[in-house]
Amino acid sequence: MVASAVFYIFACVLIFGALLVITARNPVHSVLFLILCFFNAAGLFVLLGAEFVGMILAIVYVGAVAVLFLFVVMMLDVDFVGLRKGAMQYVPVGLLVGTVLLIQMGMVYFSWSTSEGAPMMLSAPVTGEEKSNTHALGEILYTDYILPFQVSGLILLVAMIGAITLTLRHRPNVRKQNISKQIATSPDDAVELVKVKSGAGV
Amino acid sequence: MEITLFHYLTLAAILFVIGVFGIFLNRRNIIVILMSIELMLLAVNINFIAFAAHLGDLHGQVFAMFILTVAAAEAAIGLAILVTFFRNKGQILVDDLSELKG
Repeated sequence: MVASAVFYIFACVLIFGALLVITARNPVHSVLFLILCFFNAAGLFVLLGAEFVGMILAIVYVGAVAVLFLFVVMMLDVDFVGLRKGAMQYVPVGLLVGTVLLIQMGMVYFSWSTSEGAPMMLSAPVTGEEKSNTHALGEILYTDYILPFQVSGLILLVAMIGAITLTLRHRPNVRKQNISKQIATSPDDAVELVKVKSGAGV
Repeated sequence: MEITLFHYLTLAAILFVIGVFGIFLNRRNIIVILMSIELMLLAVNINFIAFAAHLGDLHGQVFAMFILTVAAAEAAIGLAILVTFFRNKGQILVDDLSELKG
């Protein structure tokens, strides 16, 4: 009973937040509602017994992705009011596509069935209480999924390098400290001794 | 009332459709489009986790983590492209993004 109530609370806030993400006038508000959505989804994951993924969602999505969005939205000086101009003309198409999609998914939901032998074929069944979710997940992630796991790390590395090379720029006329040049300077380069005849000036 | 797999699938379907609708509603604002894609990926994740819990199999949770990874990479690259584009053009109209073709 309590679990049902918690599910409905999380689900309602999630859908409400998602609607506000796409309708909010100010994108900063959109990002904040997106964070609300992520937290509620993390709550649902915990409710489903996937604590580790729920915590990862809270850490990675809220802590990294949403804050990245927030930084970009707040740092770019974009005319967001102008961006909304003419937005309503796409609403009928969007509603049409959304309805079709919903009907299609509904048709799938009402017609699918699990085959008889499927529950016998579980390769990583969730066992009893003696192992925590994180422990069990780690055991298959570092054995069966070691290669995909490494590849996902590689994807993150490529994304990091790509993001840095895309946004790095060398602005002209910006003086930077060159430490090796500073250290290598000898007194001969820095100071010039001039013999000044008295009364003549340099 | 017992919460079944069907409840979670319905929730994920609604969330996915909201994401699709958000792309159409904010067709000119690419930042909100990226956020809509995040919402759709979240819906897919909910499906994975719900099936993992329903079948009692951990592989769904592993795949949800991979989706998280790809979503994070996609957001980082997309926003980096966006920042570069804004720096060059001074605005981020989606209609002008076709200039990226070079």
